[in-house]
Amino acid sequence: MSTTDATASPSALRRALRSKRFVFGGALTLVISVFVVVGPWLAPHGQNEVVGAPFSSQGLFGTDYLGQDVLSRVMYGGRSVLVIALLSTVLGMVLGVLIGVVAAYAGGWWDEVIMRLNDVMLAFPQILLALLVLTAVSQPRAWMIVLLVGASHAPRVARLARGVALGIVSRDFVHAAEALGERRSRVILAEVLPNMNAPLLAEAGLRLTYSIGIVAALGFLGFATDPSAANWGQMLNENRLALSTQPWSVLAPVLLIGLFTIGTNLTADGIAQLSQPGGGE
Amino acid sequence: MTTARTGAGIRVEDLRIVLTGRGGGTDVVDDIDLVLEPGEVVGLVGESGSGKTTVGTSLLGYTRAGAMIESGKVLLEDRDVLALPWQQVRKIRGEEIAYVPQDPAAALNPSIRIGKQIVELMELRGLGTSESRLADARAGLEEVGLPSDDEFLRRYSHQLSGGQVQRVALAMAFMPKPKVLVLDEPTTGLDVTTQGMVLRTMAELCRSHGVAALYVTHDLAVVANIADRVAVMYAGQIAELGPRERIFAEPSHPYTRALLDSIPHLSQARALSGIPGRTPAPGARPGGCRFHDRCSVAEARCAESVPELRTIAPDHEVRCLRAGEIGSWDISRGTVPDADPSKAREVILEIGDLEVFYGAKRVVHGVSFDVGRAETVALVGESGSGKTTISRCVGGLHREWTGRIAFEGQELGKGSRKRSVDERKRVQYIFQNPYLSLNPRLTIEQIVKRPMELFGIASGKEATERVVDLLEQVALGPAVLRYQASRLSGGERQRVAIARALAAEPDLLVCDEITSALDVSVQGSIVSLLEELRLQRGISMLFVTHNLALVRSIAARVQILNEGRVVESGSVVEVMDRPREDYTKRLLSNSPRID
Repeated sequence: MSTTDATASPSALRRALRSKRFVFGGALTLVISVFVVVGPWLAPHGQNEVVGAPFSSQGLFGTDYLGQDVLSRVMYGGRSVLVIALLSTVLGMVLGVLIGVVAAYAGGWWDEVIMRLNDVMLAFPQILLALLVLTAVSQPRAWMIVLLVGASHAPRVARLARGVALGIVSRDFVHAAEALGERRSRVILAEVLPNMNAPLLAEAGLRLTYSIGIVAALGFLGFATDPSAANWGQMLNENRLALSTQPWSVLAPVLLIGLFTIGTNLTADGIAQLSQPGGGE
Repeated sequence: MTTARTGAGIRVEDLRIVLTGRGGGTDVVDDIDLVLEPGEVVGLVGESGSGKTTVGTSLLGYTRAGAMIESGKVLLEDRDVLALPWQQVRKIRGEEIAYVPQDPAAALNPSIRIGKQIVELMELRGLGTSESRLADARAGLEEVGLPSDDEFLRRYSHQLSGGQVQRVALAMAFMPKPKVLVLDEPTTGLDVTTQGMVLRTMAELCRSHGVAALYVTHDLAVVANIADRVAVMYAGQIAELGPRERIFAEPSHPYTRALLDSIPHLSQARALSGIPGRTPAPGARPGGCRFHDRCSVAEARCAESVPELRTIAPDHEVRCLRAGEIGSWDISRGTVPDADPSKAREVILEIGDLEVFYGAKRVVHGVSFDVGRAETVALVGESGSGKTTISRCVGGLHREWTGRIAFEGQELGKGSRKRSVDERKRVQYIFQNPYLSLNPRLTIEQIVKRPMELFGIASGKEATERVVDLLEQVALGPAVLRYQASRLSGGERQRVAIARALAAEPDLLVCDEITSALDVSVQGSIVSLLEELRLQRGISMLFVTHNLALVRSIAARVQILNEGRVVESGSVVEVMDRPREDYTKRLLSNSPRID
């Protein structure tokens, strides 16, 4: 109960920068994000430009099954994956936190009903729902993938959010706000949510990792929004036949997906560590 | 040290413990000399942050992470505990020097039965034979006044009450027949009756077994009843050390006097005073005398020269440059007349036939009482007596009740959402634990301003000005406006909580044990603040506490609660001077007192 810590508790960012995990993960995430964002402008060739024979070793990473430059396609192919992953993570987090916090705050009967419905959702494998819907429509759209992946995250986020919120809604400052007659929405937004920052940030990082995995997997299975455009996940599928003869056509997108998920995961870990007692409040 | 004593017991010589890591070399405690004789109980008293627990655990050759023993000796029969190899220290711990922690429930294994745990301890220490151990365990439990039958031995720690757990811990500490016992606030969190029982058991056992005990506590009133000698610590040093009678009759350090001035008496109301400022943390301690910046009799030289412990009477040492020249002190200093029981009252809060439930369980049975305008009514009882529950119903925090709670004749709804804005505004609740009742993410300004915005009292710049005024009133400067609660001490947090309550301009404050998480000196200043507010603003108060002495100083009327029923009520003077019920008498006789 050291209370006179005028010198201690520097800003959260300062403490975060002292965590190796966070710094390394953050840097990795940043580097790949920049690569993905500026890639299309720096790419030596267009994404659908045929530059030579299929699976030749022309260029840095060679060519793919249609003779397109793998490096260029890798530089183009991250954008859709990342954007969709990011948006679906945001959607999943918002939905999930809302469900979880409302359940925790309402308590009792409401909590039971919401969380049992949530359990039903949890019973589905994450990718299954997306596959079901996407096979039914003729042309998958980006917003559908965002919606489906986001919705599949929501129940998982909700469980965590409820757990974290349960520890907060029973604290006296929440009771104090209630005794003053604060509106319920304000109690949740102003009193409860700000105290959940750290674990939720960590969860968001983790969910982003999963999102990339799922979006890439959907691409691999052929559910890309534009079949001719470059897409990391789709590239794996297109080129897998040549894994032994022209491995770079598969390895390059795999490496990028791997590095990016490691980056986001480490960042999430770093944040989680910071939020634990001992790592500073 | 004082007269040279020899042999048994334990002596601490010139102990200095410093912080490691960043800020390394800063002393946590410094220049500690202490002798514990066999069969003697020494009270080590200090506010939070004074280093008392650090000294206590150093007797076992232990420091918490982040601190280390830089120099000094802890001599147990001429062996230096601090210099021994760790295997031997480990053997000494528990066997020759035992430790009773603050929270014994956390020290007992929740999944092992009590009997097994005691037997296991003896096995580990190689005590007795496998046949005799169970009998020894029974004897040990009997010694601390616990049942020793099979049924009790088969219980788990969660099936015992707080006092029983503490006595099991005590029995286990005495089991290996230690020579030294360190008790770290073992009665914090117990109610007075249980506390009294544990204290008596401990003192008896120490004397009969010839154990030297160090009793670490923040409460001078507790040591007044059990200690032979008292050491008062301030900012990592011993400020005053002497026989109990002298410490309480002739305290010679201004700090000891200030502490005594902040303790309420059972026999008479007092104008309690706190000590201005806060205990400085290691690294932030002022030069010269460490107390000079809070001392009421400090002179210029106090800031310059560092005082040594001086012997002013046999066995009585004081670390003060001005000891002996600051006049005498009297225990009855600061007494004021008791609240007048015959004063006319205008009832503002009326509680009739209140029954409170938790689910199907009824915890309060038909309680009725009232509170007058500008009057303080105390609800007193042991834990589980329903006092907090009643206050929560009044504050709108608990909804399952029947009966009548009326404020100025208007019946209050069950729960704050069933009450009108005006009712919510005029009845304000202050929580027990200021570490939980302030949102750690908000600034103090946001916290105190909120009720004004909510009740339309003020907004924007005007509200900020009012916040500054309020903070001024609760003796906090405008500097804290932008702070978050985590930067404040417990006492300061509780002041913020009071300021938040006042921001709504209430007519009734419901105070739920608001000083029990705080040091006595802080309690003194909070209580005097509340008294001032009551007189200035005519605020009524419903004051929940387990501390009867505090009731005498703050309340006009009192309701004594036992198991959800009012067993005795009336004016404070009447109830406390002429208690009729056995329960009240027992509470009174078990309350620690210094008067």
